Amino acid sequence: MRHQNATAYRFLAPYLLIFSVFWVWPIISSFLISFQATRTVPWRWAPTFNWGRLIGDPAFFNALKNTLLILVIQVPVMISLAIVMAVLLNSPLLKARGLYRFAFFAPVVVGEVAYSAVFRLMFNLNFGIINKLLNSVGLPSIDWFSNVTPAMALIMIAVTWRWAGYNAIILLAGLQSIPDDVYEAATLDRVSKVKQFFYITLPLLKPIIVFCAVLSIIGTMQLFTEPFLITERGGPGGGTETLGLLLYRQGFRSLNFGYASAVAYTMAGLAIAITLVQLWLTKEPK
Amino acid sequence: MSSRSQARLGRSIALHLFLTPLALIWLFPLWMMVVFSTMPDNGIFSPGIELLPHDNFIDNFNNLQRDTNFVGAIGISVSVAVTYTFLSVLLTSMAGWALARYNFVGKGVVVAIILGTITLPYAVVLIPQFIMVARDFQLANTWVALIVPPLFNSLGVLFMRQAFSMMPSDLFDAARVEGVKEWRIFLFVALPLARPMLAALAIILFLASWNNYLWPLLINSQPGAMTAPVALGTLIGLTKVSWGGIMAGAVMLTVPMLVVFVLLQRHFIAGIAAGAIK
Repeated sequence: MRHQNATAYRFLAPYLLIFSVFWVWPIISSFLISFQATRTVPWRWAPTFNWGRLIGDPAFFNALKNTLLILVIQVPVMISLAIVMAVLLNSPLLKARGLYRFAFFAPVVVGEVAYSAVFRLMFNLNFGIINKLLNSVGLPSIDWFSNVTPAMALIMIAVTWRWAGYNAIILLAGLQSIPDDVYEAATLDRVSKVKQFFYITLPLLKPIIVFCAVLSIIGTMQLFTEPFLITERGGPGGGTETLGLLLYRQGFRSLNFGYASAVAYTMAGLAIAITLVQLWLTKEPK
Repeated sequence: MSSRSQARLGRSIALHLFLTPLALIWLFPLWMMVVFSTMPDNGIFSPGIELLPHDNFIDNFNNLQRDTNFVGAIGISVSVAVTYTFLSVLLTSMAGWALARYNFVGKGVVVAIILGTITLPYAVVLIPQFIMVARDFQLANTWVALIVPPLFNSLGVLFMRQAFSMMPSDLFDAARVEGVKEWRIFLFVALPLARPMLAALAIILFLASWNNYLWPLLINSQPGAMTAPVALGTLIGLTKVSWGGIMAGAVMLTVPMLVVFVLLQRHFIAGIAAGAIK
């Protein structure tokens, strides 16, 4: 037993070293920094300095509101779409499956900067292909970047395009682990395909759907690149400002590490709450 | 034709009628990326609808290279991604091996902590990481800064633990009876057996490093030290910039990954399905 301890920790050592230096210590450190005034030299303890400012800061509540709004709309839409993609890609009736898989899974390899640039051009007011197509069917142009509602919609469209296929891959793997005889038995009993979907597929897939939803929520909660690059620093006028962007501006533009850490721990609090909901949702019924 | 097979045919047609437009919508941004990258700027910003590629890619690329040293940035991105992938695969396999094959004091705690970090927002560690790397270690604008902090990867370790724990013990016990050392068993017996899983992990890690944006944006902000996505990102939003050039850069970042994706689709999908990246 003693021999195994030494061997095991020798294999774990480099990983645990990186983990301690770059994760464990930072987790503690940013908690402590959130209680310090960091724009004085040296930093000093001021327990209510950042947190007190946070609860009275309209910019924080604006970012929180936007982030939650994106979460509440974008995540359910994307997960539903991913379920539809996965179920249809799994259909034995589908021809040229490889082409469809490529179409939906390709965005997974596209970097945030590359696709942000493309979306900016596609949704350009006067010369973007989207408005040209809207006009060609008689609809008016939409000013995607100067009005808050279209700008938020654009961010959600972009994120959904990028991540729906990613979730569909995970869900498809889940679908393929459901044994065929479950469906065969249902078909013999003349249960319709639609009923099979709602009474067999969805319940069996529930743990994976919840897993995808939690990863998506935590990803979207930290949304940064899209409002940074597509709607240009959270524009128009803070209309697409997210918590991730607020953290960036406070931490790395204003170099206010204390306040930015308080924002970071607000996100962590949300993430913990969501994880607890997940554990409760996927708890095995007694 | 029986009514049964007629119903089947009907369902099949409905399926394709629904999925084909959706697939075309999904491919559209990628197609437009290619089209834009081949159009001159005055073509991109013109009132007509252009859906087919032109022949201006080389000029666009030259404009991009004028706006920022993109070739240099690609060089940094490739070197960093290759080094990162090698080191990260090694580290996560070693840790996964230890968790899969040995009993040791504190194992439960290590696993619990790794699981706990999966749902922890990266934002929580970002600021102290930056202070540490940039101020304490004075490593901003170096390769080390790009490679080392992201080496911690929780889902990769769980993936490799799973891979190693599914292997039969007899293989390793036989080697132990012969007196082979544990690290040799790991390197020469276990790793070769795990080759498909290692491939899946390596692809996912390479992609994560290649596309990583926020950390390189913060830590390597000097022009000569930027990765390719960061260099490209600095151009977006400038008033006097070649958008054809930006699109040429986007194509250079994206198309190689699409080719890899098509060639190694199985490994890719296995890696993502196992949740190897956040």
